Formats: sequence, structure tokens, C-alpha cells
Amino acid sequence: MRRYVVRRLLLMVPVLIGVSLLAFFLSNMLPGDPARAAAGRLATPDQLEAVRQRLGLDRPLPVQYALYMGRLSRGDLGTSLTSKQDVARELLIFFPATLELLLATMVITVGVGIPFGVRAATRRGGWFDHGFLGFSYFGVGMPVFFLALLLQLVFAGWLRVLPIAGRLGLETLPPPGLTGMYTVDAILAGQWSTFVDAVRHLVLPATTLAIAGVSEVGRITRSSMLLALSQDYVRTARAKGLPERSVWLHHALPNALLLTTTVIGLQVAFLLGGTVLIENLFSWGGLGTYAWTGIFRLDIPVIMGVTLISTIAYLFVNLGVDLLYARLDPRIEYE
Amino acid sequence: MIVGGAIVALFLTMALAPGLFTAQDPAGLELERRLAAPSAEHWLGTDGVGIDVYTRVVYGARTTLATVVVVLVIAILIGVSVGSVSGYVGGWLDGLLMRTTDVFLAFPPLILALATNAVLGRGLRQTMLAVAFLWWPAYARLVRSQILSVRKQEFVESARVIGASRFRIVTRHVLPNVIDPIVVRASLDAGFVALTAASLSFLGLGAQPPTAEWGRMVAEGQKFLLDQWWVASFPGLALLVLVVGFNLIGEGLGDRLQDGVGGAVTAYGKET
Repeated sequence: MRRYVVRRLLLMVPVLIGVSLLAFFLSNMLPGDPARAAAGRLATPDQLEAVRQRLGLDRPLPVQYALYMGRLSRGDLGTSLTSKQDVARELLIFFPATLELLLATMVITVGVGIPFGVRAATRRGGWFDHGFLGFSYFGVGMPVFFLALLLQLVFAGWLRVLPIAGRLGLETLPPPGLTGMYTVDAILAGQWSTFVDAVRHLVLPATTLAIAGVSEVGRITRSSMLLALSQDYVRTARAKGLPERSVWLHHALPNALLLTTTVIGLQVAFLLGGTVLIENLFSWGGLGTYAWTGIFRLDIPVIMGVTLISTIAYLFVNLGVDLLYARLDPRIEYE
Repeated sequence: MIVGGAIVALFLTMALAPGLFTAQDPAGLELERRLAAPSAEHWLGTDGVGIDVYTRVVYGARTTLATVVVVLVIAILIGVSVGSVSGYVGGWLDGLLMRTTDVFLAFPPLILALATNAVLGRGLRQTMLAVAFLWWPAYARLVRSQILSVRKQEFVESARVIGASRFRIVTRHVLPNVIDPIVVRASLDAGFVALTAASLSFLGLGAQPPTAEWGRMVAEGQKFLLDQWWVASFPGLALLVLVVGFNLIGEGLGDRLQDGVGGAVTAYGKET
């Protein structure tokens, strides 16, 4: 097992190098002059040249890439061309924001998706089953940007029960930063009203992101529950006279969760690189927003930094899912 | 699947012959009638510059369907070439190509699409390329794994014994056996391709006005959302219905070919 993990970790290195190459290549192909973006619109030609030299943007691309990777190997992600801040430090602000949104999304996805799937499977053909299947078609097909607007329209515009965007209300101060996730920080600091405000801001973006996941997770749980319920061990359990509920929850569900885990993992991995739209619509200052502004300001170190950190997170989620898989199904062994 | 087919067929007719559905001009702005509510004359109302929303939704079908077809064709062409070389030639080339697909699959997808689109410039064609750039690795993987399982079979062996060239073996004997899973996969992907392309357009990168594009129309309607909800809602709804249609077809085909495809295809856009 340990050898397997080490091997997987080593295999990440070439992928990360490939991703960094591709990201470097793409960000240097962006139309426009990064030196101009860094120096500002009012810079004179001399100043522009000076900035270009100082940032090393006048050197050949392979050299620039080698220099970047050299700094990266020492843990230095460079300085943003436009904000002049450490990219690593900026990521520490933006990453927790996205993570918080992701965690909230996953809480809804798992917390609603699995029970829905189980209920649909155990009452197969009933009104709940049909209702859920119908819902899931729309859940998967819904364009997130459209859903976001609809929810904003209904809950923030018409009903006025939830805030339309942002992470906190105007009158609420961010809690003392420890994790960078406002909900967690607020609890740690004991600021109850801040916590409530942060949660209220989370509801709409997290729900928007979770609808597709709830549909997918619910459907896969439903179909694997149905499969599990048709197995011999379920018949045995029933024959023993176990209450139906216990058969569902203790015999069928643990086996059904295997596939569900994969789908949840895929969902997390998908969301990691897919929050750009939602962050944009809900003014959520996270990785997606950071990447978006990086691309449009030709901020190469920012694009590189966001891409690498999202990729690393993605690779670790995948590894985590595979390991969890082996935990849930003792028959699976990695070598 | 029948419902899905009917939905897609309806949109396909709109795309091929928009004149059957509306007599109005999708770019015919009339500022004096801007933001009119849905009425007998304008079924779905008019937008911010006075164009009939229904007409634009009809014409938008063409943009979205064309995008889906072009993206999938490009992605499949690249995927089949890379996948068959990888699966049939093997060796270090296989390793190199597969590591390349690893890189593309691990790269945050929206950042990749945004950056590629930004590199290529704004516009519908550029968005098509950017989305295809996102999708080819999945097909390369699928084709490769299918080829690995087919190439050991007897009819391929016998073709080789007869002395057929590698190219002939791959194109005549191996690839025809790989088509079914590709079709299933493509039908499952179609909806996601439509969503991704619309998302890029929503962000302002895809089709530029006056081309009617649903994602873009939703973005334009955003500012009238509170009072003139119809401007953004109907194009969004059209996209939703089309994607549901695609998914229904994909699922139906997937169920039908399940044995042949096994676990390689999920409704996800990524391999498990």
C-alpha cells in the first residue's frame, strides 16, 4: 500500500511538469504584452523596457521557463505582475474561499444526493422515485450560469431572503483569519452573527453548484442500491428476519456507496477547475476569479500559480478517491 | 430516448430552417419596441435592443448545434488519430501520448478553455477550437483502450498474417470495431459540450453579436433580470431543454450498447 502511494505521488511529477509547460506556453501566447500589463498604460517606452528587463521578460521563453521552474522548486511562485504581491500569499487568500464554497457544495451534494438516491431505490416506481428522476434530468442539463441567475432572481430579487452575491454583508467584518474560510473562522472566534451571515452568503452559490452533483450522486446511488438489493446477501438478510430498514442501511448501502464515491470524487475534481463562472456571478473572491483576472491581465505568474495549485488539488483528490475505494472494498488491493 | 430524439430533432429543424418557425429578422433591432413583455406579436417578448426574443432563440439553435457538431468532430478526429497510433504502435510513443492526455485531463478544464479561447481571440470559431482542445484526450483514451482489446483478436491476427499493412489493419479492421463506443460517448458528451461552449459565450468569449447565441443572450439579459425576466430566461431554458434532449439520447444509446462499452463510458465527460 505504501509503495503504491509513493508510486502515485511520483507519477504526479511528470503530470505537473507537463501542466506547467502547457500553462506557461498558453499564458505566453495570450495576445498582448505582459510587460505593458505590469508597467501600466502610462509607462514611457524607456520605463517599459526597464520593466521588461527587470522581470526577465526580454529573455528567450525556454530560459524564462527554466528560471520559473528553478524558483518554483524553492517554493517561490513569483510575484503577480499587476498587483505586485506574492502569488503564494494571494493564493492563501483565494484558495480558502474556493475551498469553503466547494465544501459547502459537497455537504449539500452528499447530504441530499445519497438520501434521495436511497429513498428513490427503496420505493422504486413510487412518486418520489419518478419525481427524483425527473428532477435529475434537469439538474444535469441545467446551465449553471442560468440556474445562478434564476436563484438570484427568486431568492434575492423577489423574496429578498438571501443575499445576491459576495461572501459577507457590507456591515459584517471578516472574522480573524486563521483558515481563510469565513464560516470556520467565525466559529473559531465565537462570532455567531458573522457565521450566520457567511452561511447565508454561501447558500445560493453552493446550491447552484450542487444541483448537478445531487442529481448525479442521487442517480448513481439509486442504481447501485437497486443492484445491491437484488443480491443474495440481501435475500439472506431478509430471510433472517431483519427489519427492512436495517437491510437497506447496513447491508445494501455500504456496497452501493462504492460507485457513489467515484462520482463524488469526479464531482470534486470537476468543481476544482470549474468555479470560474459561479465565482464571477456571485462576486466570490476565489481561485476562479483569480484565474479569470490573471488571464485578462496577462499576469503569467498568477495563471501559473492558480493552474498548478488546482492541478495538485485535483491529483490529490483522485488519489484520495482511489485509496478510499480500497478502504470501502477490501477486495481491491493496490500494489 | 424517443423524447430526447424529438427534442433534438426539433432544435435541428430550427437550426436548418429557422424560417419555418419565425418570419422575423434575428438582427432586426427596433429600438422603440425594446424590452416589450411577451405578447401575441412577440411570443417571448423583445430584448434590450428590441429584437424579438423568440426569433433569436430559434436562430440560436443553429449556433449551438453547429458548435456541438464541430467540437465533437474535431475532438474525435484528434482523439482517433492519437488513440490509434498510441494503441497500435505502442512503445515509447504510446507512453508519450498517454502522458500528454494525462496532462490535459489534469489541467483545470475551465482555465484551459478560457486561456485557449483568450489566446485564439474572441469569436465562435475560436470557442469551438478551445472546447475541442478540452475534449480530445477523452477520445484518445477511449480509442486506445478499445484498440488494445481489439488488436489481439483473431481477425486482426489473420489480417496481419495475410500481410496487410499496419495502416490498413487499423483503418479497415480495428477502427470499425471502435465506432460504437465513440458514438455513445459523443452522444453523452454533446450536452456538456453545448454547456461548456455556452459558458464561454456567457463570459463574453464566444459568438459575438449580432450572432444569436444562447449563453450570450443570457449574459445580455442579466441586467434586465429583475424587471424583464424573459430576456435571459428563454434562451437559458432553450439550452436546458436541448441538453436534456442530448442526455436522454446518450443514455438510451449507452443502455443499448452497455455490454460493448463496459465501464469506459460514464455520463461525466471523464473516464472512471
